[in-house]
Amino acid sequence: MPSGLSRRLFRFKGGVEPDTHKAESSLTPIGKAPLPSRLILPLHQSVGACATPCVRVGETLLKGQRIGNADGWISAAVHAPTSGKVVAIEDRPSAHASGLPTLSVVIEPDGLETWVERAPLDVTARSPDEVRKALRDAGIVGLGGAVFPTHAKLTAAKSTAIDEVVINGAECEPFMSCDDLLMRERAEDVVRGASIFRDLLEPKRVLIGIEDNKPEAARAMRRAVEALGFDFEVVVVPTRYPTGAAKQLIRVLTGKEIPSTRRSPEMGVQCFNVGTAYSAWRFVALGEPLISRVVTLTGNVESAGNWETLIGTPFEEFVALGRPKPDTERFLMGGPMMGFEIPDLSAPVVKACNCVIAASSSLFPPPPPEMPCIRCGACAEACPHELLPFELYRFSRAQKFDKAVELSIDECIECGCCAYVCPSRIPLVQYFRFAKSEIDARRKEKAKADATRARIEQRKAREERLKAEKAERLAAAAVKTSGAGGGDGADAAKKALIEAAVERARLQREAHPPKNPETPASVEAAEKTPDPAVNPGDATR
Amino acid sequence: MENTDNVFIAVAVMTLGAAFLGAALGWASERFRVEGNPIIDQIERALPQTQCGQCGYPGCRGYAEAIADGAPINLCPPGGEAGARKLADLLGREIPTTGVAEKPPQFAVIDENRCIGCTLCIQACPVDAIVGAAKQLHTVVGSICTGCALCTAPCPVECIGMKTIPETLDNWKWKSPVFQIRRVA
Amino acid sequence: MDFISPPYLSRNASVRSVMARVLFALLPGVAVYACLIGPVILLQIAIASATALAAEAAMLKLRGKPLRPFVTDGSALVTAWLIALTFPPIAPWWLTAFGALVAIVIAKHLYGGLGQNPFNPAMVAFAACIVSFPALMSQWPSLTLETRFIDQILAVLGVSKELDALTSATPLDVLKTALRLAPGTPIAETLSDTKIHGFIGSRTWECVAAAYLLGGLWLLRCKVIRWHAPTGFLAGVVALSAVCWLFDPGRFAPPLFHVFSGGVVLGAFFIVTDPVSGCASAKGRLIFGFAAGILAYTIRVFGGYPDGVAFSVLILNLCAPLVDLMTRPPVFGMKKK
Repeated sequence: MPSGLSRRLFRFKGGVEPDTHKAESSLTPIGKAPLPSRLILPLHQSVGACATPCVRVGETLLKGQRIGNADGWISAAVHAPTSGKVVAIEDRPSAHASGLPTLSVVIEPDGLETWVERAPLDVTARSPDEVRKALRDAGIVGLGGAVFPTHAKLTAAKSTAIDEVVINGAECEPFMSCDDLLMRERAEDVVRGASIFRDLLEPKRVLIGIEDNKPEAARAMRRAVEALGFDFEVVVVPTRYPTGAAKQLIRVLTGKEIPSTRRSPEMGVQCFNVGTAYSAWRFVALGEPLISRVVTLTGNVESAGNWETLIGTPFEEFVALGRPKPDTERFLMGGPMMGFEIPDLSAPVVKACNCVIAASSSLFPPPPPEMPCIRCGACAEACPHELLPFELYRFSRAQKFDKAVELSIDECIECGCCAYVCPSRIPLVQYFRFAKSEIDARRKEKAKADATRARIEQRKAREERLKAEKAERLAAAAVKTSGAGGGDGADAAKKALIEAAVERARLQREAHPPKNPETPASVEAAEKTPDPAVNPGDATR
Repeated sequence: MENTDNVFIAVAVMTLGAAFLGAALGWASERFRVEGNPIIDQIERALPQTQCGQCGYPGCRGYAEAIADGAPINLCPPGGEAGARKLADLLGREIPTTGVAEKPPQFAVIDENRCIGCTLCIQACPVDAIVGAAKQLHTVVGSICTGCALCTAPCPVECIGMKTIPETLDNWKWKSPVFQIRRVA
Repeated sequence: MDFISPPYLSRNASVRSVMARVLFALLPGVAVYACLIGPVILLQIAIASATALAAEAAMLKLRGKPLRPFVTDGSALVTAWLIALTFPPIAPWWLTAFGALVAIVIAKHLYGGLGQNPFNPAMVAFAACIVSFPALMSQWPSLTLETRFIDQILAVLGVSKELDALTSATPLDVLKTALRLAPGTPIAETLSDTKIHGFIGSRTWECVAAAYLLGGLWLLRCKVIRWHAPTGFLAGVVALSAVCWLFDPGRFAPPLFHVFSGGVVLGAFFIVTDPVSGCASAKGRLIFGFAAGILAYTIRVFGGYPDGVAFSVLILNLCAPLVDLMTRPPVFGMKKK
């Protein structure tokens, strides 16, 4: 059995070492959160397209029944976490920094917890594509917080074989301990889940990375790997935030640096969270879709701990489990480095929610007023992506977004290391988020403007062509009427007229060449009706 | 005598220097000459392509040509402040002090109860964003609509209204901390 | 309840703590200076600090900025101390005050205040004063005569009648003058006068420099400054002085002499390390420091001024944005293999 110590580890530049505060929540075993009075299931719970609802208001649901179908490949299904009745399908506050409403299915539990028919998935009997599709329909997404649909990560790049599958048990965010507890208590299921990923990706090695502040989890995982007889390597990595970010962990374990312009399989590596592996195994072994997850509840509470929580549990009911202290001012979703304040506690726990922290001003003192940047360079040293945050800050603040892009603001993972070390206490992450969302909006705008311009050119070309063709028809008709009463001379004149019209049309066509191969089709469509009442087919695209 | 020599040498050096630099400039202007007038294309690309004509010129292309001829750069409401700044950067001009006409992004909505299916709006739409047929209900494809409002005037039953695009999770943006600080202060 | 931007945790660093550590690191130097040269330096520091703080407060008021956070951030004090330590200790009070005014009003606030100044304010003050008052800026307390504290005080107050008796040129100046007056004399002979030149650099000043070095090393240890700029600067001075010395030991002083005389050590740890006006990347700081070191030696040995640190730093301040642009480090995943 290869031990973690034998493996050569790499370092990523930057990173910080905040107090971990993990002990508070990792002392008690994972509890089972009680059934809430109401479950709210946003249909958009993964990266990619929003799931389309497939139930109706008033319908009775069984536990594990699908309520939203994946829409396309980069999308994932959503399921009923318990049996009960659909009481509404409407916009509800989201578990998002904005708190903006999002289409959700509201379920009133009947308390019976009647399961739908569950059947284990025989992976060996199915083709890889069928397994991927099944995972998509089971709603399995990355539970590290990014909620990228897992099935979409289970295809190797065409050009490169996968060398390493990295199982991410680093859990670098302070306060958080859900992955820690999961590995301690359910190590074998996590390892079996990893074996599903291995079977689909066929890597040379499977590396399980765990930070050295979780020795118990590492021991449990080693035992599980040994017990199951897999050749996975459990690698203990130094505790350093953000080792748990996929790219940083890949760097530490394999030495590979994945730029934002490439996907990790192209470099022969893919990374999954331990929670994802666990839920994938639950689905394959028991036929249970993703309807619950382990959520850490910690911070300014009487009893911190981890709870196996149904997706859709409203935050207000969930946080009550920890009995928040009276001076709690706000609740954060995610860790203290990358998390955000939950604007509305009626929003539900979602698949992306790994941790809820009760925050008070004694736990997280409000920052002093922002001072000017003194270019000390501490942020650049702390940045794990080796960016120059102080320069990005300058350009973001001045809204010189093209300059920020030039300085690779797209590479920023918003890990917060820069703001953590900043002596001027500048909310750098906030500036970068602002700049990035503006840049994103502008890119979208530009794409739309380009598409619009193309449409306008198409329309112009079509109009001119129609005009030319009309002129042609009129000319032909005129010749016909004159030709009926005339002899050979009239015939010649007719021919000349037609030729002239054809020539005119040709010239016009050349002056405005169609920009899009679809244009001829749309012209045909328009031709069939005398009036251009029916628009070209691409209007409905 | 020595003095006049010095003066002579100085004048000669300066003259030669000027001649050399002049020649270099002349050569560079030939060598790196930019063909055509791509500035109009660049301006057009900086415009939002709503083709709404609110600037008073025929479409975005028309406005781009007008700007190249010296028209003010603050006449485009869909582009707003940001668009004017883009033009100002591109052209090295100042944004006129009269401010920029601004309008939140909108899209057209057809009232389905009133539409008579006359196809007039379909003909007016410069981007083919309205679908429908004669005597059939028309509808606007929201994702294509540029919010130019050119379809509202031709409608004989005034069933087309303009709506502001609502803020959703997809288009929500983080705000700049600069403004937060100002608000608190 | 206001919105707080993540991260909610912080290392609790502050501009104030950075500046306080710089001041603390200057203390050994100040102490040795006060003991060996004269306690008058404390008076100079007081004059410079008071003027700088007053100027800072007035400028903040004029610019409509909040007073408290900026006056108490300590940046004006660092500038003031550096001015006091680089000016002659027996410069008249108004000269020190004028220097502090120039530094804070012109070099700092006219460029936008903390974090915006392209030039090191203390060095701007030094350059402005040495150009405007060359005589006063060259009156250093005599190294051969013991001067009484009271005489120094009188000199600072501008009422001393026998100023000339108190003052002499700096060791660097002595060396330069000696070379000019008697071109044939081997440099070792001039340097062997330990009354002026001490054991390595300049008598007493080498002790002050050693104390600065101590403070600088402490700053390095607590990561307030990084090693790149000081190392580059010292390497620049040593490299060029070694080349010259090896080329003609009769005409050029050994590298160690140059490191320990004048403002080289102070410059290396407290001036070229100024983050605002310097380079930001590691490579940039090395280049910045090295080039400043080369320039400082060049100006000191071949130029018309007794020391070259101020001018070399100012010239490199000009180049800093360019150096930063050219030494932009590659981002994660974009490195060339």
